[in-house]
Amino acid sequence: MKVGDLKPDAESGQEVTPVVSLRHVRKVYTSPVRSGGHGGPKVALQDITFDVARGEFACVVGPSGAGKTTLLRTLAGLAQPTSGEALFEGAPLRSVPPGIGVVFQDYGRSLYPWLTVARNVDLPLRVRRVPRAERAQRVAEVLGSVGLADAGRSYPWQLSGGMQQRVAIARSLAYRPDLLLMDEPFASVDAQTRFELEDLILRIRQEFGVTVVFVTHDIDEAVYLADRVVAISKSPGVVTEIVDITLGRPRDQITTKADQAFAHYREHLLGLVMNR
Amino acid sequence: MTGPARAELSSSLEHLLAGYAIASVVGIGIGALLWSLRYLRDATSPYLYFLYVLPAPVLVPAALTLFGIGFTMKVVLIAFAALWPTLLNTLDGMRGVDQVKLDTSRVLGVSPLGSVFRVVLPAAAPQIVAGLRNSLQVAIILMVVSEWEASTDGIGYYIVNAQQSFDYVGMWSGIIVLAIIGTVANLLFVIAENRVLHWHYGARAAEGTR
Repeated sequence: MKVGDLKPDAESGQEVTPVVSLRHVRKVYTSPVRSGGHGGPKVALQDITFDVARGEFACVVGPSGAGKTTLLRTLAGLAQPTSGEALFEGAPLRSVPPGIGVVFQDYGRSLYPWLTVARNVDLPLRVRRVPRAERAQRVAEVLGSVGLADAGRSYPWQLSGGMQQRVAIARSLAYRPDLLLMDEPFASVDAQTRFELEDLILRIRQEFGVTVVFVTHDIDEAVYLADRVVAISKSPGVVTEIVDITLGRPRDQITTKADQAFAHYREHLLGLVMNR
Repeated sequence: MTGPARAELSSSLEHLLAGYAIASVVGIGIGALLWSLRYLRDATSPYLYFLYVLPAPVLVPAALTLFGIGFTMKVVLIAFAALWPTLLNTLDGMRGVDQVKLDTSRVLGVSPLGSVFRVVLPAAAPQIVAGLRNSLQVAIILMVVSEWEASTDGIGYYIVNAQQSFDYVGMWSGIIVLAIIGTVANLLFVIAENRVLHWHYGARAAEGTR
């Protein structure tokens, strides 16, 4: 079966369109020529091809500079591929479709400091003209799901880093997107908080049934979270391998990571990313 | 001692309020417009900076010619001079808004026009307010200066008139009243600013402790 084909749905056996479909996506930036002659086109992504099925948790790993953020922006519709196809629910991405949520790495810059937590989370609902009573309920619900039921009245900058990222996650889930894109979301928090947030996002995936594409440079995190890991390389920016992670669910920070299989996946992927 | 000086206050303050209000609204409005229309911005940019650095008191004779003496001349002069700091700071502030905030806005489904009001202007607010403060200072100066030539009332007129009549006590009392106006105006501004930008100062303070 080629990547890009319709896959038979696990339950019904019927063929379903993948949520995300990338085919030979290439992204080139032209930077202005600087004196000293180091300008010219920069190839961020050379040839990226993979699919993500509905409900799947896919992690994207790769070395720094491999174009992971460019890839995520392309998936979000924030950037257009130079050539190749990027499809969301079977349709080409021309701009940001309403069914996508994005959690950026830098929550400090993404959350709006002039709004309280509740109003931040509420914003996408206001824009969609959801009536006030329903908005209040959905905000309360989603804040509860991320463990911030009492934080509504605070401002984001009054909260810790981990809590702020939870707010960002809540905000992206408020309008029930089909696809959640996360760009190294836990890179800016401490290790302990990172484990909590990893488990949180797994619970969220269960609870909301959302498809997740999670970009990270942390191999352990990728193996721990994913159903499949997509490894991309730098120069050229291509998919080197897609690894199925068959560790059982639910995952556990201690027992899953103590599993032999975990170590094997880790070793394999680390080798790919570090080019050995 | 300051009695006669204070009596002249009300007309001056009227001019100040009217001129400053116009400058603020027009400054922010045009700044925002120029931000959205890149072609217009590129075309007019050099002229804006030229007018910004032009010392507005230089325009008093021109204003007299165009508008004669009276309310209109003073308000137009004050507004024209006070416009530029607000306009340019609005433009700069909006241009400097973090791309992550704009990307977030697109992803959340905010329309381009909606994001101007919901994201760009709030994010630019600290800089816009800095511009407004600058504009206030310019407006006060022009309030006084506009009354030096061919005026019949106002605190500026009172000071010049006192000086020319050798009424130095009167002159100094006028200056003191002016200083008080400036202080009170700034105080009111700071109070308003702290309310409107409380989130900004809070966020900055929080950053400092991380």
